[in-house]
Amino acid sequence: MDYESDLNLKATELRLGLPGRDEPENQWPPILKNNKRVSAESSESSTTKSNSIVSNAETCHRDSAPPAKVKVVGWPPIRSYRKNNISQKKLDAEAGGMYVKVSLDGAPYLRKIDLKVCKSYQNLLKALEDLFKLAIGEYSEKEGYKESDYAPTYQDKDGDWMLVGDVPWDMFTSSCKKLRIMKRSEARGLGCF
Amino acid sequence: MNYFPDEVLEHVFDFIASHRDRNSVSLVCKSWYRIEKFSRTKVFIGNCYAISPERLIARFPGIKSLTLKGKPHFADFNLVPHDWGGFVYPWIEALARCRVGLEELRLKRMVVSDESLELLSRSFPNFKALVLVSCEGFTTDGLAAVAANCRFLRELDLQENEIEDHRGQWLNCFSDSCTSLVSLNFACLKGEINLAALERLVARSPNLKSLRVNRAVPLETLQRLLMRAPQLADLGVGSYVHDPTSDAYRKLKDTMQNCTSIRSLSGFLEVAPRCLSTIYTICPNLTSMNLSYAPGISGAELIKLIQHCRKLQRIWILDCIGDKGLAIVASTCKELQELRVFPSDPYGVGNAAVTEEGLVAISAGCPKLHSLLYFCQQMTNAALITVANNCPNFTCFRLCILDPMKPDPVTSQPLDEGYGAIVQSCKRITRLSLSGLLTDQVFHYIGMYAKQVEMLSIAFAGDSDKSMLYVLNGCKKLRKLEIMNCPFGNVALLEDMGKYETMRSLWMSSCEITLGGCKTLAKKMPRLNVEIINENNQIEFNPEDRQKVEKMYLYRSLVGPRNDAPEFVWTL
Repeated sequence: MDYESDLNLKATELRLGLPGRDEPENQWPPILKNNKRVSAESSESSTTKSNSIVSNAETCHRDSAPPAKVKVVGWPPIRSYRKNNISQKKLDAEAGGMYVKVSLDGAPYLRKIDLKVCKSYQNLLKALEDLFKLAIGEYSEKEGYKESDYAPTYQDKDGDWMLVGDVPWDMFTSSCKKLRIMKRSEARGLGCF
Repeated sequence: MNYFPDEVLEHVFDFIASHRDRNSVSLVCKSWYRIEKFSRTKVFIGNCYAISPERLIARFPGIKSLTLKGKPHFADFNLVPHDWGGFVYPWIEALARCRVGLEELRLKRMVVSDESLELLSRSFPNFKALVLVSCEGFTTDGLAAVAANCRFLRELDLQENEIEDHRGQWLNCFSDSCTSLVSLNFACLKGEINLAALERLVARSPNLKSLRVNRAVPLETLQRLLMRAPQLADLGVGSYVHDPTSDAYRKLKDTMQNCTSIRSLSGFLEVAPRCLSTIYTICPNLTSMNLSYAPGISGAELIKLIQHCRKLQRIWILDCIGDKGLAIVASTCKELQELRVFPSDPYGVGNAAVTEEGLVAISAGCPKLHSLLYFCQQMTNAALITVANNCPNFTCFRLCILDPMKPDPVTSQPLDEGYGAIVQSCKRITRLSLSGLLTDQVFHYIGMYAKQVEMLSIAFAGDSDKSMLYVLNGCKKLRKLEIMNCPFGNVALLEDMGKYETMRSLWMSSCEITLGGCKTLAKKMPRLNVEIINENNQIEFNPEDRQKVEKMYLYRSLVGPRNDAPEFVWTL
């Protein structure tokens, strides 16, 4: 009697790693890529050891991927200043950046702001406030930016000037061509002021 | 020689610049010692804890230019906790108190507070040059003090520092009568600056030769700065983002035509694609280019750019240039002396941006190459042997294979033979960093051939204590040895303890040395400071001697254990 095949014990077997993949038995014991070059039996706390084993087991399941790189402090030998710069700017570079001009009524020159970096309306407003040293306040659906002398507006793909904050952030970034911070006195006709 | 009056000897000694020669001069006789002592103006101190400020001032009271280094080199890679030490304040305080006529201060890996900058700015009326590299602990307020009070400031050079940015008006603090600036570098500042103040400053600095700005300086401002300073020789660009159809673009192109003195280019901290054609006009004159902080420049654009730069002697770039790009560098830049290739994705797995092929191409095309820092995905023995044959003139050879302990991918062998060829062929190597799979054999070669090596960096290498012993016995000129994650223990550490007094310092982390070994060393060598860094209370209150020491830093010192060590640093 072959109970094993009937009961399909393998399907209920508890094992480490992603379900639905076979465990290649010849990969044990895993090669630990961690601090010490010595073997896995060296003095490590038991929790660290089991964590490493888990992480390696998981990667054993990927067909041709190299073992997971356990990050070692101090390696690779790159100054943290450089690492921080590259990681931030890698994000910028990957995103392509989304620079739009920002004008402030009455200011002698325009500035540029990267919408990708802002990631949200809150950050955008804060960034505008910092850039021009003014207070814009909070957006409200009914009354716009009523607490401030300024209202942030943007020109969309159709060429229309819209109040910042009405549409979801992603929709905004994909349609915003440029920004203009209007002074209250200029914006009488908009109604929401 | 005794018949010459002092003034004549002083005049003669003025021609002797090297501190090693001056040290020899002071050993000749008492009167030479005395005259040399008062006439020495430049002092370099490689480890700020090797001597005290008071003793320095007593020895060289006429000092005008001081260079100090603080934290150990591996602090750059986060291996040293934040408050380990390296404070500059006591130095500035002592120099001020003794009314030393300090004019130049150059600091590396030190903790600099706003308070020390303020004291510096007020204490030395002739202060001319401040250079801070990899320092931390200060804000733009400290910079404001320097700007405001150092009326004859020529050089303010901030390289890769962690500076808290209070969104400064610090640039405004340069007084209107300050017209002496020759070099201004604030590329590492993260915040906004007052662009108008910057323009005014540049306009009133006719001697300005070097200007490196930060990200907050947009292209429009850059164009105006270049208009006012066409004599610039060294330019660091902040933000280089513009619309190729705009006015700004056209203006910049015209302005660049006039910048015929620029020899060194860096920055491009923010770059928009397809903007770089404006700088092609200055490329043919460039001798130095650092685009290692410009991940916004694609490999293809980099290559196009470099093809215009036939005179480059120094190149710092990111590995996105690729092996093919390096081949183009090799065929274009025949004057190349120094190359650094940094990884654009330090933790990337299997993204072979550059490999041994790029390095071989460079070595074949650039016979003057003598300084290398190369981060790559892999290396082969065959390649290293070829490089060794092509370039016997290396003085600095630093190779970093991103995957530690990676063997030669073609033969699966360790890289012992490759590095062996390098040290055998390059007899003038003074700085060497190794990586990849390495056994005791490579250290045997290093001990045998690398007779001029002064600084050696080792990680994840060697099989036994023999490796470290080969190095300590063979490298007669060794000054700095730093080791991480190698199986070297007490036997190697204690074999030749006198050796450490001939060196500046030794760093060992994640090795096999124990507390007992370190204690023995400290006991036998009173002129060494043996420091154990005990982070996270790894070593408990009453530790046993056989407990392993995670981080040890020892250095020779004339003034005994330091009194500013934090709780987690034990000086044995």
